[in-house]
Amino acid sequence: MDVLLDPREGARHLLLGNEAIARGALEAGVRLACGYPGTPASEVIESLLRAAAERKIYVEWSTNEKLAMEVAAAGSFAGLRSLCTMKQNGVHVGSDFLLHLALSGTRGGMVVVPCEDPGAVSSINEAEARMFSKMLEIPLLEPGDFQELKDMVRWAFDLSEEIRSVVMVRSVTRLSHGSGVVELGPLPDLREAPPPEFRYEGPTGDPDRGVLMTFPLDQTHKRLQEKMERVREIFESSPFNTYRGPANPDLLVVTSSACFLHCREAISLLGAEGLVGLLKLGTTWPLPRRLLGRYLASTERVLVVEEVLPFLEDNIKALAADLASEIGPTAFFGKASGHLPSRGELTPEKVAQVLAELLGIPWEGEPGGYEDKALDVLSMVPNREWTFCPGCPHRASFWAINQALKLDGRKGFVCGDIGCYTLGILPTGFHTVKMVHAMGSGIGVASGFGQLGSFGMDQPVVAVCGDSTFFHTGINGLVNAVHHRARVIFILLDNGGTAMTGFQPHPGLPLDALGREVIELDPVRICRAMGIRVEVGDPFDLKGTQQLLVELMQEDGGVQVLVLRRACALSPQRKSRTEFRMCVDERRCLGHSCGCNRLCTRVFRCPGLIWDEEKGVSRIDEVICAGCGVCADICPAGAILRQEVA
Amino acid sequence: MIMSEMLPKDPYNLIITGVGGQGNVLLSRMVGVMLARKGLEVTIGESFGAAQRGGSVMSHLRISRSGTWSPLIPRGRADAVIALEPAEGLRVLALYGNPRVQALLNTRPIYPIGVTAGEAAYPSLESIRRAAEGLSERCWLLPATEEAQKLGSPILGNIIMLGAFSRVSPLSLDREAFEEILWEMFPEDKWKVNLQAYSIGESLISAENARS
Repeated sequence: MDVLLDPREGARHLLLGNEAIARGALEAGVRLACGYPGTPASEVIESLLRAAAERKIYVEWSTNEKLAMEVAAAGSFAGLRSLCTMKQNGVHVGSDFLLHLALSGTRGGMVVVPCEDPGAVSSINEAEARMFSKMLEIPLLEPGDFQELKDMVRWAFDLSEEIRSVVMVRSVTRLSHGSGVVELGPLPDLREAPPPEFRYEGPTGDPDRGVLMTFPLDQTHKRLQEKMERVREIFESSPFNTYRGPANPDLLVVTSSACFLHCREAISLLGAEGLVGLLKLGTTWPLPRRLLGRYLASTERVLVVEEVLPFLEDNIKALAADLASEIGPTAFFGKASGHLPSRGELTPEKVAQVLAELLGIPWEGEPGGYEDKALDVLSMVPNREWTFCPGCPHRASFWAINQALKLDGRKGFVCGDIGCYTLGILPTGFHTVKMVHAMGSGIGVASGFGQLGSFGMDQPVVAVCGDSTFFHTGINGLVNAVHHRARVIFILLDNGGTAMTGFQPHPGLPLDALGREVIELDPVRICRAMGIRVEVGDPFDLKGTQQLLVELMQEDGGVQVLVLRRACALSPQRKSRTEFRMCVDERRCLGHSCGCNRLCTRVFRCPGLIWDEEKGVSRIDEVICAGCGVCADICPAGAILRQEVA
Repeated sequence: MIMSEMLPKDPYNLIITGVGGQGNVLLSRMVGVMLARKGLEVTIGESFGAAQRGGSVMSHLRISRSGTWSPLIPRGRADAVIALEPAEGLRVLALYGNPRVQALLNTRPIYPIGVTAGEAAYPSLESIRRAAEGLSERCWLLPATEEAQKLGSPILGNIIMLGAFSRVSPLSLDREAFEEILWEMFPEDKWKVNLQAYSIGESLISAENARS
């Protein structure tokens, strides 16, 4: 049986953090769950999909994060418990809706779960959603371990219903993609409930039966601020705020989220349990004023430990200013004092170093020259740069785009977007991509470049976009470009799914997350309906793609679309299936004397094609090669051979 | 809880490392569940954002009798390292090793593209062995990928490494626990070959012990 569905209260299982979040939602009786895929958030929805049939949940991979929030809100408005989840920047995408949702209020419990990535382990930003809780005036909960991920998500639904407002529960990479043993609570009975109903017959401002609107603002904003005062009161006695340490510590550490585990370990590494008090806050906005006042009064030195920006630190300092007469003189340490960085991830040893400094305790590494030896070894280990997978269609696409731009010769460039093909900015994509910003921004920015011809700019402008990103927000940029006749070549890299995050479905596919047959929206037909030229090609046809692109760059004005279609090498339809058995004919490979300057291994850089130093020839690494056959077309000597696999 | 499960150290810190696509995350999950079933508290921290794009992958396992630890092992505090790729093994030993660590390294390199392109050098097997010996109390270099290829698929290298680790680890990773999890996590047509892989791992340890 799936551990997520284990009905036994008190059963203990090793759960991925994102599974713990899903289990918390299941224990709360969630009925709608929506999200847009993004690391480290994706497994929350993936886990709820495993439970969807048995727990009668509607689960959706929405077209983008704003839609995920909107669909989840509809469930809440009709009285159902709903959850939406996304990676950190997804909250920015949906924040406009969230701003208005806070003011209009919710009905069934609604919980937003951003899974954030301090240090950008798998992101190109380390954005934060915490500030939104303060800016939009919604409660913020930050679990400090795996058990709390489940328990706090479970409780967040109760809180949301009590105050009729959306509640944010924030996770981070080390929790979402960590695992820990979690003790399960009961799953609610799925009794026959009356069908959900959206009620609007009540008077204006009636939270359960009125029309939902954010105005008159003086009333709705006042109501929201009263809700937050109630939340602050509830947070004063929350069991998710814990303290361990002496009554009057030398140093009080205030922390939240995964940093709680790093702090606890750091204190243990230093054996400083008798000196340091550890106040872990699970409720980080609004801050419980009296609770903090008590602990701040217990010491004169406070270290605030959190990742990236000083959200907690600044808010605690502001509170301390108000409480100055009660808590007495207090020295604060953290980011403003220069003890902790305002970017990147923290680790137990980084916290230990700061604690050691503040406590005057020595903190040393391995004695006996071990560290010197380790540094020597580290210097002999080659870096492992990110690369497109063997058999990846993007490598072939960027090869053709890069060649076409060179042939054109007018310093054309590519505006990139978000997905595996972001790596087009690195050597694995031949540095073809020259800029990367937000989801859908490639074509958006390109639609601006496409207007600069009127100032005499002659560089060809290319935008690349994946199929899922196209539907997410790319389509908006394309509409803008087409409408304004921007001179842009829009290349849709269609690999048949949201590949980077694990093949979640999107509106271009015939089945949705629940496996239902849905209407598949064909980007080719959508683009053609815009009245522009649309070509379809196979990225593995290097020569054909290159010729087509050179031709498109000659066109005057307007948007030209090229859809390059080939399934991802890791997709269910291609994985473990090799089309060709590849080999290098050592007699034909010219090695160092080849005029191509080792195009195959030095430039093309597929991990499946390696350089045999002893023989001075290229060689196929049969463990790695996916048998796509593309490299055969780049060898000028015809030394790379493909043999069809029966 | 089964209180008889003893740990040589608490928390006991294990790092499993490799390159995306080698089955690193699955292996850490299996080890974690096997130990959690024995009543131990297990915390795992994983970096798998780049797991499918040829990047380094690393799983930190904290095994304890007393609750949750940081999902990140502090530098220099690993008790054992299983490396599915030898250069990644050295990278982890250099950062997390200490004179008391046990290390098991698969000998088959996966060349970073910088090496293929001639911009960086990949250390020879002999220098890998010397470096690993210098940074560990005991190390075993095992041809897991080659053995896995004989079984039909290089991906089985991770189970071979698990079989090997079970022979030298102070953790209670026994064949019964492995079989139990195999039945649960794998489709039936994969059971036999995975059991073979586990056994090969066990015997590779004997061969490597005889060598030294």
